Formats: sequence, C-alpha cells, structure tokens
Amino acid sequence: MKNLIDIKDLSVEEIDELIKVAKDIMQNPEKYSEKCKYKKLATLFFEPSTRTRLSFEAAMMELGGNVLGFSEASSSSTAKGESVSDTIRVVGCYSDIIAMRHPKEGAPLVASMKSTVPIINAGDGGHNHPTQTLTDLLTIACEKNRLDNLTLGLCGDLKFGRTVHSLITAMSRYKNIKFVLISPEELKIPEYVKEEILDKNHIEYKETDDIEKYINELDILYMTRVQKERFFNEEDYLRLKDYYILNKSKLENAKKDLTILHPLPRVNEISTEVDDDERACYFKQVMYGKYIRMALILKLLNIK
Amino acid sequence: MNIDSIRNGIVIDHIKAKKGLEIYDILNLGKLDCSVAVITNARSKKLGKKDIIKIDKNIDINLDILGYLDPNITINIIKDNNIIKKYHVELPGEIVDIIKCKNPRCITSIEQELKHVFVLTDKDKKQYRCKYCETLHEN
Repeated sequence: MKNLIDIKDLSVEEIDELIKVAKDIMQNPEKYSEKCKYKKLATLFFEPSTRTRLSFEAAMMELGGNVLGFSEASSSSTAKGESVSDTIRVVGCYSDIIAMRHPKEGAPLVASMKSTVPIINAGDGGHNHPTQTLTDLLTIACEKNRLDNLTLGLCGDLKFGRTVHSLITAMSRYKNIKFVLISPEELKIPEYVKEEILDKNHIEYKETDDIEKYINELDILYMTRVQKERFFNEEDYLRLKDYYILNKSKLENAKKDLTILHPLPRVNEISTEVDDDERACYFKQVMYGKYIRMALILKLLNIK
Repeated sequence: MNIDSIRNGIVIDHIKAKKGLEIYDILNLGKLDCSVAVITNARSKKLGKKDIIKIDKNIDINLDILGYLDPNITINIIKDNNIIKKYHVELPGEIVDIIKCKNPRCITSIEQELKHVFVLTDKDKKQYRCKYCETLHEN
C-alpha cells in the first residue's frame, strides 16, 4: 500500500492490521512517540477542515514527526493557477508523506499519480473520505469488540453523505451485517449504492423514515448532518435540516449497549442532552480518529 | 460494393445503420490522404441494414473507440485482395479522451491536460464511470 485514496484500496486484512496497530498505540503510546522522528507530514488543505487537519497533525506530532502545510487554497499556489500535479511534485520535495483535502472529486487520485511520496486522501468533495471510514471502523471495533454480526442504523442524509456510503462499503465485507437506512424521502440512499453494494453482497437492509421504528434492533446508530453545501436550493435545506433530532425520549427503546456515532461536526441532529448518555461515543470517535491516522502514517511510511 | 474491391486496406463492417458517418468523424478519417468510402444502409443478413467504411490503406485503428461506440463492429484487414485478419471489437476496459466527465465537481474540470478516463464498471449494462470522481457516464 503506497497511498490511501479510497477505502476500497484496503483489504479486510489490511484494515485489521491498521486496527491492531491503532489499539497497540492506544495502550503503549510511549513506544510510538519517536517512530516518525525527522519525518515530515504535509497537510495540504485546499478547502478548510480544521478537525481533520488537526487530527492528522496531532497524529504526526504524537509519532514524534513534524508537520507543515496550508489550510486553505488561497494561501497556496493554487490561487496563482498551479495544477494539483505541480503542487504535489513540489511538496513531495519538502515532505515524506502528504495528507490532502481538495474540493474537486478525484484530486487526490491525480496527486497520487504524480507524487513521489505517499498520499492520503483527507476528503475530496462529496466523493471519498477514507480516514473517516477507518475512524468509524476502529470505533466500532473498540466499542463492540467485533466488526461482524452487527445491525447498523444510518440516519439523516443518506443521499449526499459520503461517510455513510463509505461505511456501507466497508462494513458490507464483514459477516452478518444488517442495515437500517433512516432518512426522509428526499435524502434516501442512492439506487446505485443499493444495487452495487447492498444487493450485490446480499446484505439485508430496511428503509424507513421513522427513526424510532427499528431503534430497538440497532447495535450502532450512526447519525449524520444534513450538509448545507450539498444543496443547490436553500429552501430544501431548511425544510430537511431538522427532520431528525435524536434526544433521550427517542432512545427509550434502544438497546442498553447501543453505540451512537456521528462523524461531526453536528449542528442540532443530536440533542446535547444525549452527550452524557453512556451510549454516546461521538467524542471518543474523534480520539479514535487520531490513533487510526497514526497507524496509517506508520503503515504508509513502512515504519514498524 | 464488395469487400474485395479494395486491394490493401481496412473494412469496418457491421456498423449499426446511420452510424457510419459518426465513426468516420470520430476516427478522423477525413484527414487521410487515401480513398475512404462510407456505405450506408447496406443489406445485412445479421442486422437488416448496416453501414460499412472502407479505407484504402492500412492504418492504426483505435479499437477501444469502436468497441465503446458499437461492440458489434467487425474489422477486416485486407492485403492483396484477401482478408488476412478479422477482429471482433469488444467493450474496452478503459476509454481515454473519448467522452468527457460532466460532473462540475470532478478534478477533470480544472486540472490542465488531464486525460478524461472512464472505466468499465458493469459489462452487462455497458456502464462506464469516471476514473477520478466515479460519476456514471449517461449515454
């Protein structure tokens, strides 16, 4: 593995290995504190994403490495009209590994075709965000102690939500996985996801617009934000943004060991009263994100 | 008109009727200095009607383009009045710079000199997706 562009680039075995290393880092952080000494991570964020950028930077720092980069396109040569290919060739001279976020879909793939150092896709428009999926997988693996025999409820924007599509892709490779797809009619999961992933892999799923209907069956409830930037029409956004708000009363019939996840940032789709519930794991999820990125950096730099 | 009416060259046969001129344009045959014949609505046992293109010279033909446009096409290479080779084209695994990605959010919309590459993702449905953004190409 030289780059991580799409979660499908990773085999189940490679994901298992990353999870194993991430768990070891969590238990023995001092063992890893100088693994990337003298190594540099470049974070090239052509669109702002403070959370993901900080996660990568914290990961590299905890490995004893250094970071450099930019956090928006206006402070890079892109503003002068430089191509992605040229930027990546230049930055490859200054760094050992690159984490890249770009508003254009496929930009990290183009970068990986020209780069001399490993490229990590840190999000490309509405397309892929593989390190979020790895974060989700590590969270599930740690909270549930397994990645098979689970029923996952995915709630909110299932149409534009790239994290949801990637998570379905990744989880569909494990045994006895079931999905409950909870969304308003306008934000239902696209047909191609059903045909090409769920049906193709004979995965059992139900669709509903009622969050409480199957909540008692769920092991995982993955909430998502209705993202304003994915709508062309503000009226539609305003109508749909408050469709699901998870609160204590909606959780009444849920399992005692339910795990509630959210890729964050949240707006209002999970009421803050849920934050203190033991089942709320979305802030722990952020922490897991740093550890899986540490494991990924080590893997791509071929450091044991 | 018979195939053996050219001595050395290429015959693109079994083209869907009325598609011959489109293929003539896409293959840029107008730029050749040899004779090229486009025969439309020729009788065909297999298709009822078909188009045929005859090129009076052996040139390199992009089989991927033909496979994408019409997988039923056959290509005959003629030498000294004889068919020396017969190709059946098929859907190519990848097509380069033939169709453009229409997704305005795709990197191909801004990156200089980046080739538009589409990958065959479903042979039965003849579905191609952009290599970069995975957007489905709608015919």
